[in-house]
Amino acid sequence: MSRPEHIAPPEIYYGDDEARKYTDNSRITAIQAEMAYRALELLNLTEGPKYLLDIGCGSGLSGEILEEEGHTWVGMDISPAMLDVANEREVEGDLFLQDAGQGIAFRPGTFDGCISVSVLQWLCNADKTINRPKARIQRFFTTLYAALDKGARAVFQFYPENDDQIQLLIDVATKCGFEGGLLVDYPNSKKAKKYYLCLFAGVQSGKKNQMPSAL
Amino acid sequence: MRLITHNMLQCHVKNCNNNNFPLRFEDVQVELIEADFNAEFLSNMMNKIEWDALYNTAIQLGINTLPAQMPEDAEENEEFLKLVHNVLLETHVQQGQMVCPNCAHVYKIRDGIPNMLLAEHEI
Ligand SMILES: [Zn+2]
Repeated sequence: MSRPEHIAPPEIYYGDDEARKYTDNSRITAIQAEMAYRALELLNLTEGPKYLLDIGCGSGLSGEILEEEGHTWVGMDISPAMLDVANEREVEGDLFLQDAGQGIAFRPGTFDGCISVSVLQWLCNADKTINRPKARIQRFFTTLYAALDKGARAVFQFYPENDDQIQLLIDVATKCGFEGGLLVDYPNSKKAKKYYLCLFAGVQSGKKNQMPSAL
Repeated sequence: MRLITHNMLQCHVKNCNNNNFPLRFEDVQVELIEADFNAEFLSNMMNKIEWDALYNTAIQLGINTLPAQMPEDAEENEEFLKLVHNVLLETHVQQGQMVCPNCAHVYKIRDGIPNMLLAEHEI
């Protein structure tokens, strides 16, 4: 199967038809929900309602998981069609039309955590001549680091294309100040294997950052 | 977009690093949408809110319910938190635009969704 990020940029690929198909497909929504729960678990939040960011929120499938768990969220996506579907579905989160590769626009220390489901591989893709993946990833991680509260985590479920892509993401994240690395759930199952990039924005007072255990 | 999130937003145009908050609303349409009151969430958020920016933005939108100063007992003051809840979490800006006070970049808002996309020379 060809990778959608090779076919067209996300805002084109997820046009009206694709946005609706994606959101109505029960197999996709079930997998998205499961990965959103896992990402939320990996944020390792303290008790209580938090203010969270969802990168590439699409039609709000992962945001709804955050809502169910009692959190308030902000989502951004580059596909207007996906955001329209999110609006129609009356999700609670605040939605932004935004390209993560251009950086995010929040004050320092805003968010208690950040999740992202099936999006990061798009950012690694040079789908337009002006898109230099490394510079875009760097801009994104720099602004994300600043927008996270000290010690907060960002967890990205994604579909890496190869080891070079994983290494590029980790190198740039480290350069931008993040600790952390790659977590692979069910590494021996071809079907269930899932990749999570777990990043820590600094250290919570008195706690040492520790990579979570894989399933 | 709810006003809580507007209070967290700043301009992200390249090299626009000073005086880039809060983005000024222009020609906006506001809608009130009821939401469950969550004292714990608001209490946790109070140290992240820039009060002067919130107060002035509210006044600009014709909302006169907030005190000019955040009370010292803000995090436990339920009456105050209910006022804040109404402004921060129930007041939605649906149409209009936001303008950066520094570089004058205009971020349009359509159906409650701000367009944060930048032009190539702004990245
Ligand atoms: Zn600006």
